[in-house]
Amino acid sequence: MAMKILNALITGLAQGSMIALVALGYTMVYGILKLINFAHSEVFMMGAFLGFFGITALGGKDAPLVAGVGGTLLAMFFAGLLGMLVERIAYAPLRTRGKGKANTRITPLVTALGMSVLLQNLAQLLFTAQYRGYPQLLPIEDTRKVIFISAFSVMIALQFLVHKTWMGKAMRALSVNIEAARLMGIRTSRVISITFITGSVLAALGAVLYCLDQSQVYPTMGVVIGTRAFVAAVIGGIGNIPGAMLGGLLIGIIGEMTKLTAYSGLQDVLVFTALIAVLLVKPTGLLGKASIEKV
Amino acid sequence: MKTAHPTRKAPTAEAGKPLLVVENLAVSYGGIKALKGVSLEVRRGEIVAMIGANGAGKTTTLKTIVRLLPIATGKVVYDGKDLAAVPAEEIVGLGISLVPEGRAIFANLTVRENLEIGAWNHKNRGAMDETLEDVVRLFPRLGERMKQEGGTLSGGEQQMLAIGRALMARPSMLLLDEPSLGIAPRLVADIFEAIARVAQAGTTILLVEQNTRLALKYSMRAYVLRTGEIAMTGDSKALAENEEVRAAYLGG
Ligand SMILES: Nc1ncnc2c1ncn2[C@@H]1O[C@H](COP(=O)(O)OP(=O)(O)OP(=O)(O)O)[C@@H](O)[C@H]1O
Ligand SMILES: [Mg+2]
Repeated sequence: MAMKILNALITGLAQGSMIALVALGYTMVYGILKLINFAHSEVFMMGAFLGFFGITALGGKDAPLVAGVGGTLLAMFFAGLLGMLVERIAYAPLRTRGKGKANTRITPLVTALGMSVLLQNLAQLLFTAQYRGYPQLLPIEDTRKVIFISAFSVMIALQFLVHKTWMGKAMRALSVNIEAARLMGIRTSRVISITFITGSVLAALGAVLYCLDQSQVYPTMGVVIGTRAFVAAVIGGIGNIPGAMLGGLLIGIIGEMTKLTAYSGLQDVLVFTALIAVLLVKPTGLLGKASIEKV
Repeated sequence: MKTAHPTRKAPTAEAGKPLLVVENLAVSYGGIKALKGVSLEVRRGEIVAMIGANGAGKTTTLKTIVRLLPIATGKVVYDGKDLAAVPAEEIVGLGISLVPEGRAIFANLTVRENLEIGAWNHKNRGAMDETLEDVVRLFPRLGERMKQEGGTLSGGEQQMLAIGRALMARPSMLLLDEPSLGIAPRLVADIFEAIARVAQAGTTILLVEQNTRLALKYSMRAYVLRTGEIAMTGDSKALAENEEVRAAYLGG
């Protein structure tokens, strides 16, 4: 039993770090724009497809290292591009044109939902609804190690980006006050683009890792993981980067632990119960701060 | 640094020429006209005040100058350059820094990070450190709180930070929007003394204030804004003596 729990914990951590990678995209975009980017789950899905095609094209099982690394990088690159395009095409025009008008909060949300549906349908059209299996590049034990290590190193790199670089400073500044950031000379549209790119690149990495572990790719896969990742972001405190990591890990572990019980089908019920419980006790999420406005 | 250095003066050959010219500026929010043809001029080396009651359009004027608001009609010319087509991000690069109403500091960044962001336009480390020293000399309280998050500062300290952040860009012209708003009187005095030193070092200043007494005391000339129009203008001393100004803005 103890062994089983330990194993579940390890699997849970691997699962959780993938969820965290996706959650980061939600939280970063929310942090700077106060927008829930519903299309993010679809960028995740597209990342999974891109990874699938990349890995297959690069030789799959026959060249696990080249295919694995190359396919992942390809997926990350194109997902980043896709994330940037979504922002430029769908959200940026609303930001500039809708300024000072009513519904500035609701309109982008509806647009985000629309973008999500659009991308999902596009995937159905391009790739059909067929389920595809990722080639098994590594034994499952090693896959989990790779997942864990890459997810964690990327998260550390992200912390560095956000806290130690000029770009990170600009992102944090922009999240507090976009007008003041512009007054400092920060090209805010560029910073927003980079935020979307970063979130999308992380989501694609999460997607490829997820598929290497669970192997199926299909156009509606974003819904399940996207929802869990979003919940992870909210549990951790949306807008808060370490919060998204923590929330992801929690959800991964909760998920695996439920599988040990007789109620394995109730995984998502438990995830949402955890969400409600956390929000009841701490409405801003585990690491979220209540915003204090000094006058 | 040429701003916060109390000893250096503005180049005399340049002094007295108009640096900022606002011509017949009209701005509206939706259908509501906030400015109905405002004209004003600030010459190099001057401290010019703009006073007026709540809602007169002072903030609107400053925000339009830095291009955060679109110009309906009229012109803003800075150092001979028409700002109509300049985006807000590029204003600081031209030499104009705004200290916004309500300070708008980055609450989740440390004091040091706030100041560094102020130097975004010239991220060169050496020059930045030098400017940072000048700012700390001007506001020693900031020096003691470098690692503190901006949002945890007192109102007065936040105002100092907002001014310091603006100075980090080494502006030729500083626009200040109600630096005394909601601040304890003792700190207000410190802040105005600091502003005077910045001006002495050669920075041109346009000061918006509701505290008319202070504004007229520290400025050379002033404009009185009333419901989106310039109602009066003149030397600050003369305005402080003016019956109408005394009755309306100095409490008799
Ligand atoms: N975002 C906005 N939308 C609509 N009307 C606005 C907006 N901002 C300002 N106004 C209006 O424009 C007019 C001028 O406002 P402004 O903020 O420029 O005044 P102010 O002189 O700075 O006042 P205060 O001393 O209170 O700061 C006011 O009537 C105000 O109600
Ligand atoms: Mg105002």
